Amino acid sequence: MEKKSLKGWLYLLPALLFLGVFMVYPLVDVFIYSFEEGYNSASQTFFGTGIYNYRYVLRDPYFLQALKNTFILVVITVPLSTGLALLISVGLSSIRKLRNLFQTVFFLPYVTNTLAVGLVFMILFKQTPYTDGLANLILGLFGAGPIDFIGGPYWAKMFVLCFYTVWVVMPFKILVLTSALASVDETYYNAARVDGASRWRIFSRITLPMISPTLFYLIITGFIGAFKAYSDAVALFGTDLNASEMNTIVGYIYDMLYGNSGGYPSYASAAAIVLFAIVLTITVINLLVSRKHVHY
Amino acid sequence: MKVTLQNLTKKYPGRGKGPKTEVIAANDLNFEIPDGKLIGLLGPSGCGKSTTLNLLSGLQTPTSGRIFFGDEDVTDLPPQERGVGLVFQNYALYPHLTVRQNILFPLQNLKGAARLSKEVMEEKALEAARLVQIDGLMERKPAELSGGQQQRVAIARALVKMPRILLLDEPLSNLDARLRLQTREEIRRIQRETKITTVFVTHDQEEAMSISDQIVVMKDGVIQQIGRPQEVYDEPINLFVAKFLGTPPINVFMGRVKNQRLYIGDADVLEAPGVADQPVWAAVRPEGFILEKDGPLACALTGVEVMGRDITVVATHPDCENTAIRAIISAENQVDAGAHTVRFALKPHKVFLFDRDAGARLL
Repeated sequence: MEKKSLKGWLYLLPALLFLGVFMVYPLVDVFIYSFEEGYNSASQTFFGTGIYNYRYVLRDPYFLQALKNTFILVVITVPLSTGLALLISVGLSSIRKLRNLFQTVFFLPYVTNTLAVGLVFMILFKQTPYTDGLANLILGLFGAGPIDFIGGPYWAKMFVLCFYTVWVVMPFKILVLTSALASVDETYYNAARVDGASRWRIFSRITLPMISPTLFYLIITGFIGAFKAYSDAVALFGTDLNASEMNTIVGYIYDMLYGNSGGYPSYASAAAIVLFAIVLTITVINLLVSRKHVHY
Repeated sequence: MKVTLQNLTKKYPGRGKGPKTEVIAANDLNFEIPDGKLIGLLGPSGCGKSTTLNLLSGLQTPTSGRIFFGDEDVTDLPPQERGVGLVFQNYALYPHLTVRQNILFPLQNLKGAARLSKEVMEEKALEAARLVQIDGLMERKPAELSGGQQQRVAIARALVKMPRILLLDEPLSNLDARLRLQTREEIRRIQRETKITTVFVTHDQEEAMSISDQIVVMKDGVIQQIGRPQEVYDEPINLFVAKFLGTPPINVFMGRVKNQRLYIGDADVLEAPGVADQPVWAAVRPEGFILEKDGPLACALTGVEVMGRDITVVATHPDCENTAIRAIISAENQVDAGAHTVRFALKPHKVFLFDRDAGARLL
């Protein structure tokens, strides 16, 4: 028995080593930094220990703005992108003609560079001295006035950010859901039809439960991904996100480390731990909910 | 419910171009299933029996022809409106639902006036479960059941809404040999109790023979013969049917009719009244052999299998199509296993003569 477990640990050693060095150690380190006031990574010094960093971060208006932005982003984009992806993949699996074409079209954003896509969105939404942008051109057709989506009111900027995020994360979800739908055995549908089930009932009682593990996977990773959003905001609004009120938590952490106001690893660590706590909580809630609703 | 198939044809488009590649899975089927009977659709794989079943269930639509349930033309009705119960080969139980939920599912789909109260649904589900003796397993998931139990759940689910007809697609093929015997008796019992017209598809002739009121033998989308199992066994209409029914299989000899006598090799084995002179297939059921010292048919003896009640004599003959002739005779006979040849006489009513080219029955 002793020998056997020793062998087991031996096999696990490489993985444990890497996980330890690159995941556990940094995590613990960040946790420690977050309690060390004014930590300086160059001189490895700090003034004292305590919860001052947390107190600072949680009162910092920039952090609160980032927190608010991130939450809005999560609450809007995760259900929207998952729901739309489900709708589109169900649509895709029920057509024959042009299916491959549509699949390619929907998957295109996934293989396109984030910054390049951001550039395209800028062209769509940005106002310049020469043009109001394509979006405003279309709005103008309906008689709505030009809106500055990039430099204008908060809700307009948030709209663009959410729009962009949904558009970027959807392809992967569509891909995964389409294959999940395809893997449901045809005979279940046949059985349900013979049993007299309507289309809606087949979808809600057979299809949805059958793909629920995949759906749940997408929701969890969607939440985590949205909480970690950063590059999307940069692609749209540039690097000075605090000025444009469009910062996210990860953006805040980055700024605290390297940005113009950077050089505060203690604050960054505290913010990172707050983010970690939020993601952990949400994921645990997700898991608890899923246990009731995800089948087998 | 009487079921009538009228000129029912199903063609699948071929993969290549042109009409030649299209596959005719069911070719001009005409037959009537009397009310309350158990019908076995029998044939080798690819003979169109499953297609026929799917046409009855409505999962596939015929290329031409009509289907009637009683006097109602159901050809254009979708499966959900036909009121059929279908047991799939792999049972197709919904894995995320318990046995109870699986059985309830068809009832919960009922709409409007047909909709039952919750209590009645539960009661009906329990009743169906009792009929197939799984009422103790109601809260289990399909994955927690054995193959035989899953099979019963599938039958209960098909029966719970009191279907007009019950369809079973290879219902026993996923069960082991012993369970198969038991389950086929069970299917027979359930069918007798519910008196629902039942069609079941199988490639196993023994299965079909043992429980069907009537069997329909199919080949290449064409019905070969319809009749009571014993009838079809005793009077096969062509060589295919003769070969398909019976275990051990029928022994087929290359023979010749001359002057109304049947010759196998040079031996004059039997009279063949009314058959013109021609080469024929002479098919002899295993029980059609009589051990006789100076019998006309001499075969090389290769072995004797004693099975208690009867003896199987295994032999070979140069004109026999089968790799080995199997003759079943009563155990009261004495066979010298060391002998090189064994001589048989034939029972006339166990010998069938078929046309050499088309395989049509001559006698």
